[in-house]
Amino acid sequence: MRTFRFLLQKEFLQIRRNSFLPKLIIAFPLMVMLLMPLIMTMDVRNVNVAVVDRDRSTTSSRIISHFGASEYLTPVLTTSLYEEALAALERGDVDVIVQIPDNFERELSSTTPERISLAANAVNATKGGLGMQYVVQTIAHTLTELRGESLPVVRSELVTVENRYNPTLNYRHYMIPALMIILFILVCGFLPALSIVGEKESGTIEQINVTPISRLQFTLAKLVPYWIIGLFVVSLAMVVARLVYGLAPVGSVGTIYLGALLFILTISGFSLTIANFSETMQQTMFVMFFFIMIFMLMSGLLTPIDSMPVWAQRFTLILPPRYFIEVLRSVYLKGATIVDLWSNFAALGGFAMVFNTLAALTYKKQA
Amino acid sequence: MNAITIDNLSKSYGKVKALDGISFEVHRGELFGLIGPDGAGKSTLFRLLATLLNADSGNALIDGYDIVKHYREIRSRIGYMPGRFSLYHDLSVEENLNFFAALFGVKVEESYDLIAPIYSQIEPFRKRRAGKLSGGMKQKLALSCALIHRPSVLLLDEPTTGVDAVSRSEFWDMLRGLKERGITILVSTPYMDEASRCDRIALCNEGRILGIDTPEGIVRGFDAPLYGIRAKRMFKLLEAARSAEGVVDCYPFGEYHHLVTDNSFSEERFAEQMHTFEGLCIERLEPTIEDMFIKLMKR
Repeated sequence: MRTFRFLLQKEFLQIRRNSFLPKLIIAFPLMVMLLMPLIMTMDVRNVNVAVVDRDRSTTSSRIISHFGASEYLTPVLTTSLYEEALAALERGDVDVIVQIPDNFERELSSTTPERISLAANAVNATKGGLGMQYVVQTIAHTLTELRGESLPVVRSELVTVENRYNPTLNYRHYMIPALMIILFILVCGFLPALSIVGEKESGTIEQINVTPISRLQFTLAKLVPYWIIGLFVVSLAMVVARLVYGLAPVGSVGTIYLGALLFILTISGFSLTIANFSETMQQTMFVMFFFIMIFMLMSGLLTPIDSMPVWAQRFTLILPPRYFIEVLRSVYLKGATIVDLWSNFAALGGFAMVFNTLAALTYKKQA
Repeated sequence: MNAITIDNLSKSYGKVKALDGISFEVHRGELFGLIGPDGAGKSTLFRLLATLLNADSGNALIDGYDIVKHYREIRSRIGYMPGRFSLYHDLSVEENLNFFAALFGVKVEESYDLIAPIYSQIEPFRKRRAGKLSGGMKQKLALSCALIHRPSVLLLDEPTTGVDAVSRSEFWDMLRGLKERGITILVSTPYMDEASRCDRIALCNEGRILGIDTPEGIVRGFDAPLYGIRAKRMFKLLEAARSAEGVVDCYPFGEYHHLVTDNSFSEERFAEQMHTFEGLCIERLEPTIEDMFIKLMKR
C-alpha cells in the first residue's frame, strides 16, 4: 500500500511537472463546453423567404408580417413576379419562395380555395426541409387566427404539438451530454494510454519491470489519477452546463456519476489494451483516433441511432459510448432512474469487465 | 555457489540468433566483464538475466534462483542498469532515488552507506531534474538507483558508453569499491581498454563466447609474435604486408598496422621486402586484448 502511494504520488508529480497537461485538463473541458454548444447546432435560423404576392390583400400582408415576426424566418423580398423570386433563389439569396395566388383571400372561405405554393432550395437538405416546415407552420397559424376572428365561436386547433422532455427542441440540451462523453474519452482514454506508452518509449518501464512491484499496481497507479481527473472534468462540465446554459439534470446526479464511473472503467480498459499493443506514442494516437472516429460518428453522439441503416444499428450495440450517451441524455432530459436504465448499466458493466480483462491478459511484463 | 551460472542460453529474434548457446559462470564477489562489439548479444543476455525476456532454451541461475521460475526472488536480488538512461527525466535526482527506494520498500538512509561514495558526487545537484544532468552524472544516479535495495548482484549494461574518458575511469574505480563490499558485478562494454579493469572477462561476438579468462590470461593466450609497422603509404603497406613471407595476419590498429607472424618471420627480411616504402618503421609489440579478440574472431 505504501508502495502504491508512492507510485500515485509520482504520477501526479509527473502530470503537474508536465508543461502542457495541467493546462489542457482545465482549458479543454471549458472550451468544449463553452464553444462547442454554440457551434454544434442543428437549429435552422435565418431562413430567407421571398413572397410572390399576387393577392395583395390584408390576408397576404398579414402572412408576410407573420414571417417577419418569426424568429426563424426573414422575409427578404416581396414581389409580384415569380421569375424574380426564382432568380433570387438561384443566386442563393433566398431559401424558400412562397407564392400567394390571385383572389386567395376572396376564395378562402369557399370550398375549393386556390392553394399557396412553396418552393425551397434543398441544396442544404436540413435547411430547406426545416425552413419549409417553419413556413407552413407560420401560414397555418395565420390562417387559424384569421378564421378565429371571422367566426364567433373559437375553434380549437386540430393538431397540438408538444415536445416532451425538451419542450423548445433546444439542440444544445441534446448535445451537451454528448460533449461530456468526448471529454471522458480524451481524459480517461487518451491520456493514460499515452502515459504508459511514454514509459515504454523512454525506457523507464524497463527499470520499473525489474522492481518487485506487480503489474496490477503499476497499471492502477497509471489509471487512478486519470479517473480522478475524469470525474473532476465531468463535474466541471456539469457546473458549466448549469451556469451557462441553465441545463441541470432532471434525474439524480448520483445516477450520472455511477454511469460515468462504469464508462471510465470501460474506456480506460480499452485504452490500456491499445497501449499494450503499441510501442510508440504515434501508434497509440493513430489507433485511438481510429476508434474515436467510430465512437463519435456511430454511437448516436451526433446523429440518432434510429435513423441509421439496420446493420449499422446492430453494430452500435458493441460500442460502449452508445450506452453512456443514452444514460446521460435520459437522466439529463427525462429524469430516468437506475431502474429505468438497468440494461445500459449492465452493458457498461459488462464492457468494463471485458476490456479490463483483455488489458490484463495482453499486458506483458516480460517480452 | 556461484553468483551467476549460465547454462547453454539461447535467444533468437525471428531469424536472427542473438544468443547461441552461451554458458559461463561468475563467482561470488567477482567483477566480470563481457567484452564485445555492438550486436554481440550482450544486451540480450542482460535482459534475460534481469528477467525481462524469456530464453528460447537453456537456463540460468542467479544466487541459485532460476531466472524463469523464481523471477520475483531475482528481481529483489539484482540491481539492473540498462544501456539507455531509463530514469524519469522529469523527476529530480532526489525524487528518482526516493521513488526507486519506495518501489523496493526500503529507505534511502538504510542504503546510504553503500551509495554514499557515488551519490555524494551528485548530491549537490539533488534538486535538478534528471534529464538535465550530464552524461557522467546520469550514470552515477542510475548506479545509485540500482544499488538502493542492496542487491547482491549488479548487472550493468554498457554503463560507460557515451561517457567521457575521465568519468569512465572514475566509474570503474567506483565499481572496484563496490566489489570490495562483496557485490558481484557483471558489466558489459564495447571498449577493449576497459577489459583490464575486470577480474575476469568473456570475449563475445555474434551471440557466442570466444574465450573466458582473466585479462592477463587472455593476452597470454596470444602466442604468436606481434609487430607494429608504419610507413608513409599505410594502405599500400597493408596490402603488401599481408602477402609477405611469415605473416599470418595484418590489420589496421590506430596509427600502426598490427602484424601477426609465425616463427619463420624475420624482421630484417621483412624490412628488405618492404624497402620501397618510405619511412618504414617496425617494432615488436606486446599483444592487447583487442589483438586476441581479432584473432579469436577470425578463427
